Amino acid sequence: MAVIRDVMPVFELYQPASIDDAIKLLDKHGADALVLAGGLDSMDWLKDRLKKPKAVVDLGQIKELKGIKETNGGLEIGAMTPLSEIVRHPVVREKFSLLMEAAELVASPQIRNQGTLGGNVSQDTRCWYYRGGWTCYRAGGNICYADTPTSVNREHAIFDADRCVAVNPSDTAPALVALDASMVIRGPKGERIVPAEDYWIGPGIDITRMNVLAPNEILTAIRIPPTMAGAQFYFEKVRDRQVWDFALVNVASAIVVSGEKIVKARMVVNAVAATPRRLKNVETLIIGKARNEETADMAGKLAVEGAETLRHNAYKVPLMRNLVKRAIRGAGATWTS
Amino acid sequence: MRFTLNGTFRRIDAHPLKRLLDVLREDCALTGTKEGCGEGECGACTVLVDGAPVNSCLVPIAQINGARVTTIEGLRGRHPLQHAFVEHGGAQCGICTPGMILAAVALGKKPTLDQMKVGLAGNLCRCTGYSAIYRSIDAVTSTARRNRGDRKDREARSGSRTKKPRTRAGVTR
Repeated sequence: MAVIRDVMPVFELYQPASIDDAIKLLDKHGADALVLAGGLDSMDWLKDRLKKPKAVVDLGQIKELKGIKETNGGLEIGAMTPLSEIVRHPVVREKFSLLMEAAELVASPQIRNQGTLGGNVSQDTRCWYYRGGWTCYRAGGNICYADTPTSVNREHAIFDADRCVAVNPSDTAPALVALDASMVIRGPKGERIVPAEDYWIGPGIDITRMNVLAPNEILTAIRIPPTMAGAQFYFEKVRDRQVWDFALVNVASAIVVSGEKIVKARMVVNAVAATPRRLKNVETLIIGKARNEETADMAGKLAVEGAETLRHNAYKVPLMRNLVKRAIRGAGATWTS
Repeated sequence: MRFTLNGTFRRIDAHPLKRLLDVLREDCALTGTKEGCGEGECGACTVLVDGAPVNSCLVPIAQINGARVTTIEGLRGRHPLQHAFVEHGGAQCGICTPGMILAAVALGKKPTLDQMKVGLAGNLCRCTGYSAIYRSIDAVTSTARRNRGDRKDREARSGSRTKKPRTRAGVTR
């Protein structure tokens, strides 16, 4: 047999056929196990030999984790459903096109065919100091190497940094928060449901993980309620390259207008903090107002209040302000600033 | 690990997280699939798994158990896209070509230019020959042109015929 050049670290591979078996395995191995979904995030960690798990649990064989079900006007999407399947799904396109737009802008067609929704929302941060093998605060050390006077930190956080300035890179995460989705999590003690906006956690709460999943839990499904079905959606992702790249800032909004006034709104921005940032103050401000330039202006200003920039990422403040403004103007509005 | 490779059933004994790319090149001796970046950016290693293009450098072999894999060799050199890439200069240095062609196969029958751009968004061509690649795909997929315009196209190109051997020589040199 030929020599394997890209030597993987030594570990046990498990391919459980049911969620229960997967949880048993995770419960047994605890933090020594790595969960593999589409593998796009995990493979990098393994290839770079930066994570050396004793066990890898591949969820690919679990049929119950795949597929999209319709539920009472909403949807339940299995965590292992590929992004491309979500983009193609007729109900997603018709009622929750915000998620379709977000999923369609993830990476490249090849990656969307393999990458899963559960993986996209649960992926680790892309901070290159952390992923480059630096023993930073997030990797178990003391220092955030992205937050020193000489750091290259153009893609890092402008909100809620707490000894770590990494951001959440997901595109589908803000869309799910805007759609008021909830995450179905299964562990040894049974199932628990967490609202999407509480699924992600910042460095102030726990530096070792980006979401609430305990080492012996898995995300099994994402439920989208009918709350925001058919609302006016807006999604925009700004990145250096028009394909493949992660977002510098992205915005997802769902707005319901009755008469001339906004009656319901959810607005979320990602890649500005370690968690998707729901702009509750902006939502409160714009409810009852018309969807016009004046509202957009006020919302934009309010959205970026309290932003703290690093040496190279001050551009994210006007970028985020303008994205929020554009989200309020809505799709098809003429771009003015 | 068992899977169907280009229509033939294969059984491979390999490390379960060995990349599909390495299994194809090393265990199956099919070197048509190229490695570019090894991290999913360039798409040179694109193969079809159950008809959908994926980056074989990011697919552990464990994940394709029971699947149907198609590589560039599976088109057996007879696919109209392969001829079109030769005819219209869609292949320059050639390293992106197998991935490009497989991503183009997955586009289906008659993609518009926009669909081609989106569908090939995950494939980089370092020679930057994108226009020629779109032209190659267009030549195959738009049947109207195949019946009528292709000849005209060829006639129009015959003026630049002198150029063609030169490119060939450039490649061999």
